[in-house]
Amino acid sequence: MPHHTDPNTAEAGSLSRPPSKGDILFDTSFRWMTLAFTWATIFLLGYIVFKIGGQALPAISQYGFKFLTTTTWDVNAGQFGILPEIWGTLYSSFLALIFGGFFGVSIAIFVTQDFLPKSVELVLKNLIELLAAIPSVVYGLWGIYVLIPIARPVAEVLHSTFGWVPFFSTSLSGPGMFPAAIVLSIMILPTVAAISQDALRSVPLKTKEAAFGMGTTRWEAILRVMLPTASGGIFGALVLGFGRALGETMALAMLVGNSNQISLSVFAPANTLAALLALNFPEAGPHEAAVLMYAACVLLLITLLVNIAGAALISFMGPGGRK
Amino acid sequence: MKKILLCAIATFCLLSVSTVQSALANTRLVGSGASFPAPLYSIWFQQFSRANSDIQVNYQSKGSGAGIRDFQNGVVDFAASDAAMSEEEIAAVEGGVQLLPMTAGEVVLAYNLQGVAELKLPREVYPAIFLGQIKKWNDPKIAEANPGVTLPDLDITVVTRADSSGTTYVFTKHLSTINEEFSNGPGTGKAINWPNDVKLVRSPKNDGVTATIKQTPGAIGYIEMGFARMARLAMAVLQNKEGEYVKAGKEGGMKALASVEIPEDMIVWASDPAGKDSYPIVTYTWMVFHKKYDDPKKADALRRMVEYCLDEGQKVSDRAGYIELPANVVERVREASKNIQ
Repeated sequence: MPHHTDPNTAEAGSLSRPPSKGDILFDTSFRWMTLAFTWATIFLLGYIVFKIGGQALPAISQYGFKFLTTTTWDVNAGQFGILPEIWGTLYSSFLALIFGGFFGVSIAIFVTQDFLPKSVELVLKNLIELLAAIPSVVYGLWGIYVLIPIARPVAEVLHSTFGWVPFFSTSLSGPGMFPAAIVLSIMILPTVAAISQDALRSVPLKTKEAAFGMGTTRWEAILRVMLPTASGGIFGALVLGFGRALGETMALAMLVGNSNQISLSVFAPANTLAALLALNFPEAGPHEAAVLMYAACVLLLITLLVNIAGAALISFMGPGGRK
Repeated sequence: MKKILLCAIATFCLLSVSTVQSALANTRLVGSGASFPAPLYSIWFQQFSRANSDIQVNYQSKGSGAGIRDFQNGVVDFAASDAAMSEEEIAAVEGGVQLLPMTAGEVVLAYNLQGVAELKLPREVYPAIFLGQIKKWNDPKIAEANPGVTLPDLDITVVTRADSSGTTYVFTKHLSTINEEFSNGPGTGKAINWPNDVKLVRSPKNDGVTATIKQTPGAIGYIEMGFARMARLAMAVLQNKEGEYVKAGKEGGMKALASVEIPEDMIVWASDPAGKDSYPIVTYTWMVFHKKYDDPKKADALRRMVEYCLDEGQKVSDRAGYIELPANVVERVREASKNIQ
């Protein structure tokens, strides 16, 4: 090793040494590399938007804003409107968020707040994360062959007893909003549960101890102290789960019924943007392809907005993030 | 360590040699298209490749439109389509196209009604169901045609295809032919804007529609007969042009095919076949070839494939749920296949 002649040589023998040229080089190149990858990701996103937008341009100029507010999808007549799909996308994701959010946060509390022995906690946590590894198609098949037969008697009772409530105003025709939302909520469960757990874990132990010190019960500590403190992170988890639900394709294409109607009833068949795209692209002619690209732009925009909001919430409000 | 490495290299070399050899010996034919005849085609191509070890056929069931697009883009050697090809589509292919009807199928109305083993549907009733004018299974018009059958007081759930499909084209072409209101309303097409007042569920592909009908009490939907047989779904007995009720199956299908004459370009529709024994919804399904291939070996392999499907292939048609081509049609197709050069 060459001998240094800079002022730090005096300390050369001690444990703390200044970084060598190699370390500095490694550090700077690593920093540049990560920076390059970050920019590449941003550039890639921009390129995708540019590409899809470019292909959608003929349809955008032809159909304009009316595309978003009309309800007919008729390839023969050349009429296209995606209001039912926008409605279905938001409604199904919203329902999924209610179920998936409730269970996801409950699981997070259960797993993090010392209800279980550590080993069981770990197993449970991994099991839930395993849900994320199940392919979408399998969820779809499970929905068709297991969930719908189970849901049918429940739906019939709800419809015949509470038929006057708009949510239950039609009978279940098999595929529809209800099975789709249930499957979606299971699919977003791992996302919601994992991020909520992180948020709850990152609440300093002292906070909880202080609450107990004040004489709170366990549930008071959880509901009044832990949850509000972690609320930023949990809210971010919900938004990310929502974003995941918006873009889910295959399971929905199989379960939602793909019918162009707007209905509050959870038992009515509906349609979503992602399902519309997945089912119509393979056989679309050049004109319909442009229209589908327009629909893709709308979906991309909705998903981007939701994810940006979620990411912003996590980084600005979450514990551990910037306050 | 070294040993393992050597072994790995040796295996790799052996493998690549054998693949090169098989690539030399084999002609690979790639096709894509219709999902309607896909179960039958997969049987054919498997048997053909077994009988001719030098030719490999690879067929992907993507849908008729996707197949034609692949064909136009030169990605595949042949395509398959239930909706034949439009004049513009043919014009977009350089050097000419040869369409050959290879098999024929029946579109059936499969339904899910417990305890109703046989259901007769009159000619004015089934278009009305798909138009949303008949909404209940115990509608007097259905009951009238089915004396002695107890029909439940149940909503009719109509199941259609969610994706664009040749099966939809064939079915809506038939409905448009026999029902003026249908032809003025939804019309004929591969993807249809079904009326909004129908209790309607759409499912992807023939398998999706089949599964949905099987899972939904009170459902009715149109699928290829082979899928309905495979899933053991009940099929409605339909009234034909002469007013007779005919079951789906080999006899009714062959009678229906015999009622139409095949023209020069091999594209013909039996959208409402005549004859009192004809099943009303039948269709040919086509394979699409170039008239001129750069590689004469490929053209030869394709001709051999067609020949095999016409001879041996037809024998398994009925078992798989398709209609055997009548002998005079087989002759015409064999003659036309000589145009593949």
